[in-house]
Amino acid sequence: MGRIENADGVGKVGNPQCGDLMQVYIKVGKNRQYGKEIIKDVKVQTFGCIAAIATSSATTEMVKGKTIEEALKLTKEGVRDKVGGLPAIKFHCSVLAVDGIKEAIYDFLKKAGRPVPDDLEKEHERISRVVKEVEKRVHAH
Amino acid sequence: MKKIYMDYAATTPVDPEVLKAMRPFFSRRYGNASSLHSFGQDARKAVEGAREIVAGMINAEPGEIIFLSGGSEADNLAVKGSVKQGNHMITTAIEHPAVLRACEYLEKNGVEVTYLPVDRDGFVSVQDLKDAMRKETKLVSVMFVNNEIGTIEPIEDIGKICRQKGVLFHTDAVQAFGKIPVDVKKMNIDMLSGSGHKIYGPKGVGFLYVRKGIGLAPLIHGGSQENSRRAGTENAAGIVGLGKACEIAKENMDLEQERIGKLRDYLIENALKIPDTGLNGPRGEGRIYNNANFSFSFIEGEALVMRLDDRGIAASTGSACSSKNLKPSHVLTGIGLTHEQAHGSLRVSLGRHTTREEVDYFLKVLPGIVKDLRRISPLGRK
Repeated sequence: MGRIENADGVGKVGNPQCGDLMQVYIKVGKNRQYGKEIIKDVKVQTFGCIAAIATSSATTEMVKGKTIEEALKLTKEGVRDKVGGLPAIKFHCSVLAVDGIKEAIYDFLKKAGRPVPDDLEKEHERISRVVKEVEKRVHAH
Repeated sequence: MKKIYMDYAATTPVDPEVLKAMRPFFSRRYGNASSLHSFGQDARKAVEGAREIVAGMINAEPGEIIFLSGGSEADNLAVKGSVKQGNHMITTAIEHPAVLRACEYLEKNGVEVTYLPVDRDGFVSVQDLKDAMRKETKLVSVMFVNNEIGTIEPIEDIGKICRQKGVLFHTDAVQAFGKIPVDVKKMNIDMLSGSGHKIYGPKGVGFLYVRKGIGLAPLIHGGSQENSRRAGTENAAGIVGLGKACEIAKENMDLEQERIGKLRDYLIENALKIPDTGLNGPRGEGRIYNNANFSFSFIEGEALVMRLDDRGIAASTGSACSSKNLKPSHVLTGIGLTHEQAHGSLRVSLGRHTTREEVDYFLKVLPGIVKDLRRISPLGRK
């Protein structure tokens, strides 16, 4: 948990149901052995309940050292299982962490001037719409 | 690890004297208070003794007390039992859910309800109340003390207006009863809800005071217990426990007000030294003496409650995350807090067993937890 200065990608996500906010930071580097691009470091900042904090922390553990392709395959069910299950009402918290990783990777690809896969582009549109909505609510008045 | 309870507004431990008074009614004094024989007479005597004590607490007559299962039932009976289709009633935006949900139920059944707003400290305006009154207004329901932010509403002024206009006045006094003096005659209260477990009595027992002559439709139909206003065999053990808890509360009221009030003021003063921290609810005499409620910017209340729990401290929050519908407290948004501020709220409520050492421990632990949660939060000072 925490932030990475000079991160290669930053993903900001929000939860419309309860107003949680999450910011994911990634550092991307080459795997020494195989020369593949991997997520070398990942950190997250969370404004939310313990389920949101737990799922965001678990998510960082799950994607650290993984290739970008692997990280994009992360599912909310996978995160839920990693923390040992969640009450139904807290399930949306695990979605948030997964979305955060996607957004950080999207940001990294954009900044590096790389092509963004179509489905990631679509996900980005959905997620950023939600963030705007939540930020408006959190900072209202 | 040391366990420190700072959630007395949620519930309280049963006083040993209360438990002692209740015990025989689970074993040898098990009669049904409605039975004619000696077992029944014995239970009846105990129940009526408790009724006198409870009535005495609020300057009512024993016949004006209906024993029931607790605060929620009392609120439901008062609201649903007195208002009919075509009536209008007035309440506030910061009532307990037992009143608010009962009002919503009535709205679906042809009753019009006005929800009065409150100011930044949670006070309802007497002028607003006057302005909201109509020819069809049947009932006004305003809580005595708010359960989240401790605001003591202007009950006496409200009672006066209601009596002048011939409108029934109900107050949910669950957080006031046993803590501060309540006088239904002086305050012109027609109905008043009270609960046992908030005053070191057992859970599952409470009462509704209904001024003599006021007709109420029962919620529970059946036998003719409680003057046919609440069917079901009287919970003799619980009622006796409530009576005993009242006696102890009365005896200690002045002392507790002073002792706990000082601890609470000390707690507030020191907790507010944490940067970007605000107090929710009023200061001074308009606030019940055992309540403190803070908003810590940039962090979330449920996480705060769990971190405190890790250190042995029990408190509560109005955060959206802790609620089943994922909405932040209606009380905190009702006093004008932003979503974020309501999200980061912490209610600390002190009680009979709270010590200065406990408050000091809380004040020692709190700043570090707040700081740590802020470190992992994406929000911060712009």
